[in-house]
Amino acid sequence: MWSYTLRRILATLPTVLAVITICYFMLHATPGGPFDTERKVSAAVLANLQAKYHLDMPLWQQYLYYLNSLLHGDLGASFRYADWSVNDLVAKALPVSLVIGGTAMLISMLIGTALGVFAALRQNSHLDHFVMLIGNIGSAFPSFVIGPVLVLVFAIWLQWLPSGGWNDFDVRYMVLPIALLTFINVATIGRVMRGSLIEVLNSNFIRTARAKGLPVRTVILRHAMRPALLPVVSVLGPLAISSITAAVVTETWFSLPGLGKLIVNGASNRDYTLVLGLVILVTVLAVTLNLLVDLAYALLDPKIRY
Amino acid sequence: MNRKQVALAQSIEAITEVPLPGRSPWMDARMRFMRNRAAVISLVLLSIITLLCVLGPMVLPHSYDSTDWELMGIAPTWAAWHLFGTDELGRDLLVRTLIGGRISLVVGLLATLVSVSMGILWGATAGFMGGKVDAFMMRVVDMLYAIPYLLIAILMVTILGREFYLVVLTISAFSWMDMARVVRGQTLSIKSKEFVEAARAIGVPTWRIIFQHVVPNLLGIVVIYTSITVPGVILTESVLSFLGLGVQEPMTSWGVLIHDGANVMSASPWLILFPAAALSITLYCANFIGDGMRDALDPKDR
Repeated sequence: MWSYTLRRILATLPTVLAVITICYFMLHATPGGPFDTERKVSAAVLANLQAKYHLDMPLWQQYLYYLNSLLHGDLGASFRYADWSVNDLVAKALPVSLVIGGTAMLISMLIGTALGVFAALRQNSHLDHFVMLIGNIGSAFPSFVIGPVLVLVFAIWLQWLPSGGWNDFDVRYMVLPIALLTFINVATIGRVMRGSLIEVLNSNFIRTARAKGLPVRTVILRHAMRPALLPVVSVLGPLAISSITAAVVTETWFSLPGLGKLIVNGASNRDYTLVLGLVILVTVLAVTLNLLVDLAYALLDPKIRY
Repeated sequence: MNRKQVALAQSIEAITEVPLPGRSPWMDARMRFMRNRAAVISLVLLSIITLLCVLGPMVLPHSYDSTDWELMGIAPTWAAWHLFGTDELGRDLLVRTLIGGRISLVVGLLATLVSVSMGILWGATAGFMGGKVDAFMMRVVDMLYAIPYLLIAILMVTILGREFYLVVLTISAFSWMDMARVVRGQTLSIKSKEFVEAARAIGVPTWRIIFQHVVPNLLGIVVIYTSITVPGVILTESVLSFLGLGVQEPMTSWGVLIHDGANVMSASPWLILFPAAALSITLYCANFIGDGMRDALDPKDR
């Protein structure tokens, strides 16, 4: 297991490095520099500025310099927000995204698997149809349609919750964003869980277990659940990636000061360093998540040899 | 010739005389698709939407960026053909929805075309070359799967600009991996089939093996994954537009319309209702057609 883990970690490094490299050079291929302003800057000041940000070095040295600062956890300075480093901006935004995204992920895993299991055990019951309905809605209506609907119902008509904004981790402001993210994930997890459990329940070893006279509860919990969970675990990786998309939409729609909002603002302001830093950060997060999912899969699936 | 042989010859003649209607696998697939009611209805609906988007703006009396000063921000009405109402700038929503649909559909079509070609090329090459080349090419695909593509797309749009073709390229760049994977798998399995071996044994040149024996066998799976790619691509385009990073004003797309409508939905709900419905119906239909295609063409069921 340890060597497998090590090998998987090593295999992710090229991914991260490739993303950093491609994005970095893409950024530098664009015409114009950060100090091309309409205001005339004297040559001496310009030279000083360029020296400060290492812009007077050859490109490959700048690249190595950037890699070095990345290794030290420094994402550089923001182009647009004077006096702010990208690190400062991230430090403010990251907790918001983590709380919203993490809570949504946890809740949706619990609800999704539970709904999927009950739907599979009572096929064609009302609950089953309900789960399928959620799955259908979640797959056909994009997050940026469901989001406004949630606001319309709960914020404008019922006036139970605020329609957006952020009030320093006030729970009332977190309910709707988390609900939106949860809904989308529950749709996927529920559908996959239902499908795989139904398939497992129809397999021979379950029939054998039943024939031995084991109580239904034992059959399901001890024999059926483990293999049935495998597809759910394997869908978590892609789900994490699509959750990032959904999170960007959610944060933009609800005006949450998280990473997604930051990157969209950065993109509209053409704040190159900020966008680059965020892309790298989120890529590292996503790759790490994928790695964890892979390792969990290896632990759960006895068929995988490492 | 004895009596038995004559009878046999006659019956053979009888059999060959009756023209048995031959059925190609494609006709089979079409019949199976036609039997799938949801898929057929979806196909009809999607065709209607496409036709409306293409023809509607030519027929209707308004243009997507002209202002009706008399009727600004009004609800759907028969007056002056504002069937979907107008926005706060007095622009006709029906025409804007149809024009936005044009953008969404064209982006969807073009990006699908680009990503499908890319996927086939990548997958087929990897499958044929095998060995280290294959391993490397598939590693690249694995890597792209692990990357939060929306963020890279945002970065690309930030750097490259928001020209129409750039948006198409950006979206295509992250939607070809599924196709590459299945095409590679299929190529690998076809490569080792007896008929390819037989063709090779009788001296058929490689390019003819590829085009005459391998590519036709790839087509089924390519069609399936093409129809699955379409809704994903349309969705990505509208996410970018929704975030304000797609096509620019006064040009519009469904994502832009939904975003603008969402901001004023308590006052004028129709501004979000119609574009959202158009997008959702299109996605729903595209999904159903994809499912229908898979059921009709899946080689496992043949």
